[in-house]
Amino acid sequence: MSMEQLKYNLPSKIQQTNRDAVLVGVTASGNCEVLLEKGEDAAHCSVDIQTSARGFGQIWRAVLNDFAERKHAGGLKIEIHDVGATPAVVSLRLDQAIEAWENQHGQ
Amino acid sequence: MANSFLEASARERVQAVCDAGSFQEILKPSDRISSPHMALLEQPVAFDDGVVIGRATLGGAPVLVAAQEGEFLGGAIGEVHGAKITALIAKAIKEKPSAVLLIFESGGVRLHEANAGLIAVSEIMRAVCAARAQGVQFIGLIGGAAGCFGGTGLIARCCDVLIMSEEGRLAMSGPEVIETVYGVEEFDSRDRALVWRVSGGKHRYVMGDIQALVADEVDAFRNAALAALDSGKVGFDLENLEAEHAMLTQRLEQFGDCRDAKEIWQRLGLPSAEELALMPADEFVRATDSARNVARGTR
Amino acid sequence: MSMTNTAWRQGQQSKAARLGRASHLVGGSSGKVVNAEQTVALLESVIQPGDRVCLEGNNQKQADFLAQCLAKVNPQQVHDLHLLQSVVALPEHTALFDKGIAKEIDFSFSGPQGARLANLVAAGKIKINAIHTYLELFGRYFVDLTPNVALIAAEAADAQGNLYTGPNTEDTPAIVEAAAFKNGIVIVQVNEIRDTLPRVDVPADWVDFVIHAPRPNYIEPLFTRDPAQISEIQVLMAMMVIKGIYAEYGVKRLNHGIGFDTAAIELLLPTYGEQLGLKGKICTNWALNPHPALIPAIEAGFVQSVHSFGSELGMEKYIAARPDVFFTGNDGSMRSNRAFCQAAGHYACDLFIGSTLQIDTYGNSSTATKGRIAGFGGAPNMGADARGRRHESEAWVKAGREAQANPKHMPRGRKLVVQMVETFREHMAPAFVERLDAWDLADSMGLNNPPVMIFGDDVTHIVTEEGIANLLLCRGEDEREQAIRGVAGYTEVGMARDKKKVEELRARGVIKRAEDLGVARCDATRDLLAAKTVKDLVRASGGLYNPPSRFRNW
Repeated sequence: MSMEQLKYNLPSKIQQTNRDAVLVGVTASGNCEVLLEKGEDAAHCSVDIQTSARGFGQIWRAVLNDFAERKHAGGLKIEIHDVGATPAVVSLRLDQAIEAWENQHGQ
Repeated sequence: MANSFLEASARERVQAVCDAGSFQEILKPSDRISSPHMALLEQPVAFDDGVVIGRATLGGAPVLVAAQEGEFLGGAIGEVHGAKITALIAKAIKEKPSAVLLIFESGGVRLHEANAGLIAVSEIMRAVCAARAQGVQFIGLIGGAAGCFGGTGLIARCCDVLIMSEEGRLAMSGPEVIETVYGVEEFDSRDRALVWRVSGGKHRYVMGDIQALVADEVDAFRNAALAALDSGKVGFDLENLEAEHAMLTQRLEQFGDCRDAKEIWQRLGLPSAEELALMPADEFVRATDSARNVARGTR
Repeated sequence: MSMTNTAWRQGQQSKAARLGRASHLVGGSSGKVVNAEQTVALLESVIQPGDRVCLEGNNQKQADFLAQCLAKVNPQQVHDLHLLQSVVALPEHTALFDKGIAKEIDFSFSGPQGARLANLVAAGKIKINAIHTYLELFGRYFVDLTPNVALIAAEAADAQGNLYTGPNTEDTPAIVEAAAFKNGIVIVQVNEIRDTLPRVDVPADWVDFVIHAPRPNYIEPLFTRDPAQISEIQVLMAMMVIKGIYAEYGVKRLNHGIGFDTAAIELLLPTYGEQLGLKGKICTNWALNPHPALIPAIEAGFVQSVHSFGSELGMEKYIAARPDVFFTGNDGSMRSNRAFCQAAGHYACDLFIGSTLQIDTYGNSSTATKGRIAGFGGAPNMGADARGRRHESEAWVKAGREAQANPKHMPRGRKLVVQMVETFREHMAPAFVERLDAWDLADSMGLNNPPVMIFGDDVTHIVTEEGIANLLLCRGEDEREQAIRGVAGYTEVGMARDKKKVEELRARGVIKRAEDLGVARCDATRDLLAAKTVKDLVRASGGLYNPPSRFRNW
C-alpha cells in the first residue's frame, strides 16, 4: 500500500497565531490526526495530507474549502495523517482543532 | 457520568491523571519525531509515534509521565516510541522525580520494525531496572482496550506498582498467539470471558500481580496513583526479588494444576465467577482481599 | 349419487390420507408424538411432491431440527416443494434447493444466505416467486399461499399436544392458523415435553405431530448492539433526531429499525432527552423487539409500553421483571407476535426510523446489492405511510399539514418515515447515489420492478450528519431533489447540488443543519450515552439482562 500526498492552500479569514501547536485525533483506521501550527501566510491556510485512501482529492478539496470558509484559519498550517476517515470525521477533527487552538490563552 | 479511562486517548489520560494544566510535553508532535521505519514501508505514521512523554505534577509532586496511544498500531513499541520512553527514564535518573508514571496500552513489539522494536523493548526494561536501582519509583496504569501484552507486559511487571481496571488486560503472550501455538482446545482466543479471566484486571488483582484495582474512571486511576506515590515504592534489591520468586513458586504449588482461573477462585473460596464478574471494583477488592493474601503467600 | 359430495372435501381427504400414512410413527397419550429419529420418515410420509411447505424460519427462532431432517428426505419421494418462509437463515434452507427437494420459494428476508440465494438463482436451481414484507407474506397464507404442511418450533408441548411458545412466539400463530384451518398438517419441534405448560400458546387441536428435538431450537440475537461501537457521528445524528423530529412532532408511538444509529437514540433518551425535558412527551409506546439498548430509557421512566415481534436472547428475565412495560402472560413470560406487531407498527405508530445502504435523489431507498438477494423483512411495512389509518395524533396531523401543497385538497395525516444514514459508509462507499443498484437487480431476480425497500414518496425525512431534510415541506420534484442533495454531504450526489436552491431551502427550514437545531457538534460525544458498554446495560438492568457470550468479556 502506498500513501497519497495532497497539498492545498486555502484563502481564509485571519486567525490568531500566538498559540502552541495543537494535535487532535489519532492515526487509526477510519480516523485521522490533525496537527495545527502557525503558518507562513496570514491570508491562507496551508494543508498537507498524507492519506492511505487514494483517489479522493476532489472530496478533500471540497471539505477543506468549506472548513476554510466557516472558520478563521488564515495564517495557520495544517498537517494531516489520514487512514480513510470519512468527510464527517475529517470535518469534526478540523473543527475540534480550531476550537482547541482558540481556547488556548495567548502566548 | 464520570469519564471513562478506557475511552480516553493517551493525551486525555495524561491530562486527567496528572494535576490539571501541569503537563509539559517533551518532544511535541510538532517536532515530528516519528517512525522512519513506517515511512519506509509507506505506512501511516503518527507525529508522536504513538507515545506522549513529558513532565507534570501529581498532587504537587514532580513526576515524569509517558502514555501509549492504543489506537495507533495497537500501541505497539517501535524504535522511536521506545527511545522516547527510554530517554524519559534516563531523565528520571538525573532529575529524581517522585515517580515515573507509565500509562500502558500496547500489544508489545511493533512487528513492522522487527529487531528495532525488540531492542527498544529490552532497552526500556533495562532502563526501568537501572532507574529503580537508583531509587526512582515506577507506577504503571493499565486500562485500555488494547491491553498490555507482549514485551510491554514484561516492562509493566518491572514497575513498583501496577494499577488496573477490570477492563484492562495484562499478559505476555496474546490470546491469538496462545491459540495458534497450542491449539483451540488449550485456549480459545474467541472466548472473551476466558481471555479476561486469565489476563483481566480482576484476576491479576487476586493473583497479586497488581497492587490496585479501580473503576474505569480517570479519577479513580488518578487517586490510586496518588496513593501509590505515598506508599507504593518497592525496594529494588535482592530481598524483594527473592520474595517475588517465592510468591511465584508458591503460586505454582497452589494452583499449578488448575486449568482455568475459575478453579483458582474456587480453591480460594471466592464467590462464583458470575458474582465476581458483576462486582464493581471497590466491592471486588473487599470481597477478594483476604484470598489475595493467600494467593500471594502473605497470610 | 351420495349427497356427501366428495368433490368439496379434497383437502380433508388429503389430510386424512397423509395422517394415515404416518399413523405407524406416532405414540404418546396424544397420539401425536413422533420420536426424533423417525422425523425423516414422518416428513416422507406426510409431505407430497409439489406441496407448499412453511418451514418456520423467523428472524430470531428457527425450526432447525425440522429443517435438517427435511434436507435429509429422499428427493425421489419428496421433491419440487414450494417453500414459504419468513427468513432464509440456515445453510439447511438453501441445501433444499441444491438437492432438488424444493424448487421455488416465497419469503421475506435472507440476510446470512443472501449470497447463496443469488448463486442458486444464477445456477437455475431455485425460482424465487416473490420477496415480501412479513405481514404481506402472512396475509398470503390466508389467500393464495396457504401451507399444506407447517414445520414449526415451540418451547414445549404437554401430553395432549398443547404448545408453549414463550417469549419467542414470533410468527408461529400466523403460520399455524393458516395451516390448521385449511386442512394443513402442523408438525412441531419442541425443546421439551412437560406435564404442564406455563401457558397455552397453541391449542393441541391445531397440532398434528410433536417431536422432542435432540437440541433446543436455534435462536439468533439479532437485536443486540454493543454500545461500545457507537461513534460520535452517530451520537450527533441521534441528537438531531431527538430534538429535530421527536420533540418537534411530539412522537410518542414509534418503531426503530435495528442498527447502531437507532441504538444511539435509545441510549440518549435518559440523558439528552431528559435534559430537553422530554420524558413523557416522546417515545412512550413502542412496537419494538426488546432491544437491550432500551433498558436505560425504560429504567428512567421514558417507556410505558413495548409490544414485540419476537424476543431477544438474554432479555428474558428483564422482560419478566417489567410486566408493566412488556406484553407478558399470566405465566410471567413475554408473548411476542410478529403479525400483530407489524400491524401495530403500520397503523398504531406515528413514526418509523431506520437505516439503509443506498438512497437516490427521489428518496427511494434500498439495501439490495449486487451478488446478494436479501429481501427487506419488515421495513417496507413499517416504512410506509398508512393510508388506511383514520385516528388522529399530534404528529400525524402536523406531518399531514406540512405535506399539503394545495389547501383546497382533502387534508389527510401522514406517518413519519425517516431514513437515517451517514453520507459515506465503510470504505468511503457513498450512501447517496444517482441510480440505485436495485435497477440492475430486477432482471437477475426475475422482477418487473427494481427491489426497493422504502419508496421515496413514503419517506418524510432524511437524516445525515449534515442535517435533516424535511421532504414534507418540499413542493415539486426539483425541491425534493435539492433537499436530498443538500444533506448528501460530499458524495457526488451532494456535490452536484444547486448551492443557491439549497440555501433557500435551509432558509425556509426545509433543510436544518445541526446548528439550526441548536445541536453543537462538539457536544456530540460518547459521554452522552446512558450506557457505553454491554456491562453498563447489565448494571442498568440490575443484573437481570444476561447477554449472550459473544457480547461479554466475562
